[in-house]
Parts: sequence; C-alpha cells; structure tokens
Amino acid sequence: MSEPRGATTPHDTSHGFGRMLVAVYAVFALAATARSAFQLATDFGAAPVAYLLSAVAGVVYVLATVALARSNRRLAVVTIGFELVGVLTVGVLSLADAELFPDDSVWSGFGAGYGYVPLLLPLVGLWWLRRTARR
Amino acid sequence: MNEVVGYALAVGALLVGAWAVVLMVRDRQVDNGFFYATAALELVLVGAFVAGCVALAGTSRDVDGVLFVSYFLAAVLAVPVALVWAIAEKSRWGTGVLVVAMLTVAVLMVRVVDIWTGSYV
Repeated sequence: MSEPRGATTPHDTSHGFGRMLVAVYAVFALAATARSAFQLATDFGAAPVAYLLSAVAGVVYVLATVALARSNRRLAVVTIGFELVGVLTVGVLSLADAELFPDDSVWSGFGAGYGYVPLLLPLVGLWWLRRTARR
Repeated sequence: MNEVVGYALAVGALLVGAWAVVLMVRDRQVDNGFFYATAALELVLVGAFVAGCVALAGTSRDVDGVLFVSYFLAAVLAVPVALVWAIAEKSRWGTGVLVVAMLTVAVLMVRVVDIWTGSYV
C-alpha cells in the first residue's frame, strides 16, 4: 500500500472509478454525521455507545471522502483501514452483545441497516487504493 | 405534504437513475436529454420542498420538523452537487456518480414521506 519510491505526486484516486467511489463515500459521510449529530443532540442518554460510535464513523467517512477526493493516499489508507476494522468489530460486538447497542449505528450488524454497503465500502476502497498505486 | 408527490419523486429519481445506469453500461457521458430530465426532476424537487415546508408550518400533527426539512433539503441539494462532481469526469464513472445520487434521492424521499406520516422514528 505504500507509494512507489521517488514518487513526488501521489497517484490520483479521484478520477475514473474513484469519482463514483467518492460519491458513495460522500453519501455515507453525510448520512453518518448527520444521523449522529441528531442523535447526540436529541437523545444522547438512550444509547451513548451506539451514538458515539456513529459520530466516530461519521468523522471517519468525512476524512476518507476528503482523502480520496484530494488523492491523499496516506490519510485514505488510515481512514479506510480504520473503517474496515470498525465495521468488523462493531458488527461482531453488536451480534454478540445486543445490550451494548440498543439503537443501531451505521456499523451495527456489519451495516445491515444500510444494505451491507458499510461492509463492502472499505474493501472496495482498499482495492481502489491498491489499483491506483500500481498504475 | 402530499405522500403521492413524495413517492412520485422517489420513482422519478429511480427512473432517472435507471437511465444513468444504461448510459454508464454503454460507457456514455451525460447527454442533453439526460441533463434535461435531471433538471426537470430538480425543479419538481424544489417545488415539492417549498410546498412541504408550507405544509409543515400549517400542520397540527406532531411531525419532526428538523428531520423532515434536513432529509428533504439533502435530497434537493444532492442533485446539483452530484452534477458538478459528475461533469468534471469525462467517462462512464461520471455518469455513475449520478446513479449514486439518484438512488440517494429515492431513499431520502421515501424517508421524507415516512417522517411526514410518522412511521419513521
């Protein structure tokens, strides 16, 4: 996942297929941040763990969107990697201990509430970063 | 806020989205016909948004105004933002951006109707 040695300008992640990928990321960035902002503002006590997680997920999606759009490969790898770990961890935890997540977050049940797109997105994102690195 | 209008907008967005899928599969960029269809959808969206806000102000039912307006506004803004992002990409993936946007608008409009009728918490 590292840049080719000597490369001064990072390979572009915001064109070609990346254009569409950024669009999908933007949708999730908006969905997760807006949702968590609303939840935190109105009903924080009901499910603090799930709501804080939604907020973290939201920030991660925003950073990943910006990183892909501006071809910041390092930030993209970190945020998308975090996203993959997050969706897997939260997915397992939410199935193992439903008490921890009385209300759904974006990553609960591996993103089942969002058509499992949250599970696919980091995989596609990392694949895209690899692909653009080879070019 | 008329539910039929909300669902009609969702269906309209899906139709424009399906058109975008066809263009994308054929490796075409957005053409004039598609652009006009998108512009027409956006005009109806804006009109419905204004009407929705008026209806929200006039209703005596307990509708979550913040959710209603923010979901509706997101749908209204999604189309122009997607067009700007899509137009700079001269390949099928530019059209793909509009596929994503239209799916998003359709989902948002169904949510808007749900929030209006109170079936979405």
